[in-house]
Parts: sequence; structure tokens; C-alpha cells
Amino acid sequence: MRSETVAVMDENLENLVDMNNKKRANPMVTVHPIEKGEINKANSIKIRTQDLSVFYGATEALKKVSMDIQKQAVTALIGPSGCGKSTFLRCINRMNDTIPGVCVKGKVLIDDIDIYQSDINIVTLRKIVGMIFQKSNPFPKSIFDNVAYGPRLHGISDKGVLEDIVEESLKRAALWGEVKDRLSRSALELSGGQQQRVCIARALAVNPQIILMDEPASALDPISTAKVEELIHMLKQHYTIVIVTHNMQQAARVSDYTAFFLLGELIEFGKTEQIFEVPKDKRTEDYITGRFG
Amino acid sequence: MNGKSVLSCPDLKTRSFAWKEILLTGLSVFFVMIPFCAIFFILGKIVQKGIGTVTWSFLSQPPLEGMTAGGIFPCIFGTVAITLLMIAIALPLGIGAAVYLTEYAGQGLFFRITRAAVNNLAGVPSIIFGLFGVGFFILFVGRNLDHVLKTGLLFGQPCMLWAAATLAVLVLPVIIVSTEEALNAVPQSHRAASMALGATKWQTIREVVLPQARGGILTGAILAISRGAGETAPILFTGCAYFLPRLPVVKLFGAIPMINPFDQFMELSYHIFIMATQSMNAEKSLPIQYGTTLVLIALTFLLNLTAIIFRIHFRKKLGQVSLQ
Ligand SMILES: Nc1ncnc2c1ncn2[C@@H]1O[C@H](COP(=O)(O)OP(=O)(O)OP(=O)(O)O)[C@@H](O)[C@H]1O
Ligand SMILES: [Mg+2]
Repeated sequence: MRSETVAVMDENLENLVDMNNKKRANPMVTVHPIEKGEINKANSIKIRTQDLSVFYGATEALKKVSMDIQKQAVTALIGPSGCGKSTFLRCINRMNDTIPGVCVKGKVLIDDIDIYQSDINIVTLRKIVGMIFQKSNPFPKSIFDNVAYGPRLHGISDKGVLEDIVEESLKRAALWGEVKDRLSRSALELSGGQQQRVCIARALAVNPQIILMDEPASALDPISTAKVEELIHMLKQHYTIVIVTHNMQQAARVSDYTAFFLLGELIEFGKTEQIFEVPKDKRTEDYITGRFG
Repeated sequence: MNGKSVLSCPDLKTRSFAWKEILLTGLSVFFVMIPFCAIFFILGKIVQKGIGTVTWSFLSQPPLEGMTAGGIFPCIFGTVAITLLMIAIALPLGIGAAVYLTEYAGQGLFFRITRAAVNNLAGVPSIIFGLFGVGFFILFVGRNLDHVLKTGLLFGQPCMLWAAATLAVLVLPVIIVSTEEALNAVPQSHRAASMALGATKWQTIREVVLPQARGGILTGAILAISRGAGETAPILFTGCAYFLPRLPVVKLFGAIPMINPFDQFMELSYHIFIMATQSMNAEKSLPIQYGTTLVLIALTFLLNLTAIIFRIHFRKKLGQVSLQ
């Protein structure tokens, strides 16, 4: 049953570009200099940004950020408040488009396709790139309807198929056991941590390849946080995860790669152990050790 | 330590303070009593004088003998019909306008001009709406429709449709404002979540925003009914009839009876007005006037009650959910 489902849901990246105009961006050969040799295999890179700048009106919130994000790994974005982490994240699923007055310059490539091309299908892009927000935001609907929201949106109406998707997604979000008897109850009756996992299940239900998480655990208690972290660890087998966090321990625990931002610039990017143990930049070290003003 | 210093503060112990307090309390009780008494006396008198008249035959018969006998059934029918028609016209228009203003319009000049227009519309006296209804709906829209469709004089004359449309314009600001408030109360994060799942803006509005705003929209409908039902001035020239020997009903396909929006109608408040001012025998029709007034008040109350029950029903359906 699920395989059928997947066949329906699975959105080929080819479809990202509208069929009538199927030009591909040139696959880039130059690899970001960081960790040469380690992440040099071009096919292991899922997201690549090139000189990505974002302006809110006249203020430049992101300054020429070039970064290669690995497939099926967790990349953490850290940095002080207002340094552009959320802005960077919102570029990857083009949620910045919904904010008036935003101007994005440079390129974002997903599987070597420039997602800022004029003929990109945003609906498909957002199916491929899911997003989890800082404050859990389940809809005031039942748990089932929350998780089924995305699939329904994209045209699945068969009850059996929807039930399979909901079950599978809740299992992947490690929530199935806790809610399987109350799927028709309102999602708002759940605890904060459970609500956040409903949101994760809701994002998983459209079968994304990339999951963006903007401080997903910052509003949660330690136990719920641990659960979400454990979940992230499991999810990275299937998904490419980019996570923003203010919690250094969390970044160290969950991520494989870490990027440090400061005032809109990417200061340092590399393997998490390296960033936390032997940071190359003084500013990174200051921030990580908490000596940052 | 802080608490002690506050307690020993001399201001608190002065008698003048206590006097002021008592005086203000007394005054506010007095002010509350004024509307309370007014309501009590008005309602009391109407109920006392009208209740005897309100019998089944009064409710089910047409007026007889120059309105000095018989009942008011056509007026009840007309009032209910026009209120329903008014809501049917005003609700989609008002919701559409509110959705446009909150979700699409942005904050530009056009938005601000429209807002100002909506707010000013709410303050226009209702007789002006009546004149507007004649000028715009009957003479402009109606006559031109007749001209274009070659229907003789079908649209270009007073009828229930234009009266309802005029009332709809009158209550439009109420619906727009309360719908806007309801839409603004839907958290931005829900819109973001929906968009991030690949929903278009319209899908987001339809699936996430409007369902959450249902309660507020129904509140708007209730307020609109309160404002519109029983209004006399807007329907005075646009479709209300002094006396009609038949109900404004048409048989659809020769069988199914349906309200005929192209017919004129009788209406309760207008009926009271003509009985009081133009009756051949005002003395003799006095009990009927009281009875009619009582029925009008009861009917408005009933319409409101229906809308409130609807709203509670929707609240329940959403669970303990609509608590933003
Ligand atoms: N919608 C917006 N309009 C205007 N400026 C914005 C907007 N969103 C963000 N900014 C500005 O862009 C800069 C980066 O913001 P961003 O939200 O990306 O920071 P952040 O690193 O996510 O911060 P935090 O850790 O507090 O979430 C900030 O200076 C902020 O003021
Ligand atoms: Mg942020």
C-alpha cells in the first residue's frame, strides 16, 4: 500500500522545472574549499548556495553566502540573534518570496537545479523542501487532518491511501504510539512536544527530501527536546536536514556539519567536531565558548 | 517592605477617597439603570399591550378591513424573506471584501482609501441608503438590465431583490469589519505552515484561514441581521408595499414554491409605520400595532438566536480550538 502511496507522492526533481521549459542549470564543478577531499564527491551535495545575498528593503541580511550542504546529514546553523540564519533557511524553500520587499541575489541549487529560475514550480519545490518552525503551529484540526493536510492539498483523496500516509508519517515522527487511538482529536490537545512532532509528521507526509528546521526545540522542555533530537538523528538516514539552533550543545549533539554566521556572513563552515574542537576563526571560537558580546 | 509603605500611605485613609469611590459607584449604577429601565418599560409596555393580540390567527392571517382586523402573516413572511435575501447577498460580498483587504491588498493607498470608505459607510444614515437604492439599483442597474435584456419593466422597478440589495449595502461594513477581525486573529504561523507545505495563497485561505474565522464571520452575520432586520428607511422606496393581496411567492416549475425576488413585499416595521401614520382608523388598529411590534421584536430576537446557535455549533465542532 505504501509503495503505491510513494509512487503517487514521489515528486521527481525533474518536475521541479516546469515541463515546457526544461533547461537545467550548469552543474557546478567548483566545490566550496572547506574540507576538500571530505565532501568533494559532487553527488553527495544536496543543496548548494552561491553568493547568496538577501535584502530586506535596503538592509542586507545575508551577504554572499556560499555553502555546500551534504545529502542525508544534519547541518546546523549557529550564530547570534539577527545574523541571518532564518533568512538563509527561508531561501531554500523560497518562503522569503512571501515577505514583501525581499530581494534574493545569487543562486540556490538543489540537486544542481537553480531554484530561483523563473520557471521553477514553487509547489513542487515546497513539497521537496519541508519546513518546521520554531513555535509549533499545528492547525486547529484533528491530528489526522493535520498530517493529511499536505497530501490532500496535492490531490490525494482516497481514504485508505491517506490513512497509510498518516500512519507512516506519524511513525517516522515517533508519535504513532502516543496518538494512534486519538487521531480524530484536536491536535491542540497534545503537549507542546507532541504538537511539534505533529508538525514534523505533517511535513514528512508530503514526502520531502530536505527538512528545514528553525529552532525546532527552543520552546520545548528537556524531555521533549531530547525526543526531537533523537528523531532528527533517525530522520537523517532518509532526509537532508538543515537546523537552526541557539543551543551549542544541541548543535554539537545532533549535527554532522556546522555553519557559523555573523552579521549576515558565513564565517566558518565545516564538520561539527572541527568547528567545536578546533575552530579556525577567532570569532567562531569566541561564540562557541560563550565569550561573544 | 514595599507593601507596608503603601498601606501606610495617607491617601488611602482619607475619607474623601472613600466618598469619591461611593459616589462613582453610585453614579455608574445609576447610568446602568437608565438603559435597563428604558428596555424594561418599552418591552414591558409592548408585551403587556401586544400579547393579547398575538394569537395563531393573528400570525397566520393577512390584514383585513383596512388593517383594523385580521393578522400580519404577509409582513412576517416578507421580513423573514428579505432578511434571508439580504444576508445571502451581503455575506459573500462582505467576506470577499474582507479577504481581499486582509490577505491581498497590502497596506498601500488603495487599501487605506477602501478602509476609510468602509468605515464611513457604517456612519451613513439609513434613509440615504434608501435613496441610493432607488437611484443605483432600480434606476441605474435595473433599468439598464431591462434595456439590455429587453425584459420590459422587470428589473427597473421596486422589488424584494433591490430592497434586499439596499439592506445588504447597509450591513456590508458590519460584516467586513468583523470578518477582517476574525481573519487577522488567525495566527500568521498557520499561513506560513500551509504555504511551506506547498499550498497556494488561495488554498491557504480556503483550508486554513477561513475555517478558523468562521466564528467571527458568524458574529458578523448576527450583527448584520440585528442591524438590517427591522430597518424601514432603506426599503421604503425600494420594494416595500403598503398592502399586497398575495404573498411574493412564485411556483418554480409550476410546483415548488419559492420566494419571488422580483415581487414587492410587506414588512413588519413598515406595516407599523403605515398603521400609525396612515391608517383610516388609527384608534382601532392600535392593538394590532402593539401586536405587530411584539412580533417584530420576537422575530429579530429569533433570527439572532438562530445565528448564535449556529456559532456555538461551529465552536463545538472546532473543539476547544478557536481560542486565539
Ligand atoms: N521580514 C523582515 N523584514 C525586515 N527585516 C527582516 C525581516 N526578517 C528578518 N529581518 C532582518 O534580517 C536580519 C536577519 O534576520 P533573521 O531572522 O534571519 O535572523 P536569525 O539569525 O534567524 O535570528 P534569530 O536567531 O533571532 O532567529 C535581522 O537583522 C532582521 O532584522
Ligand atoms: Mg531566526
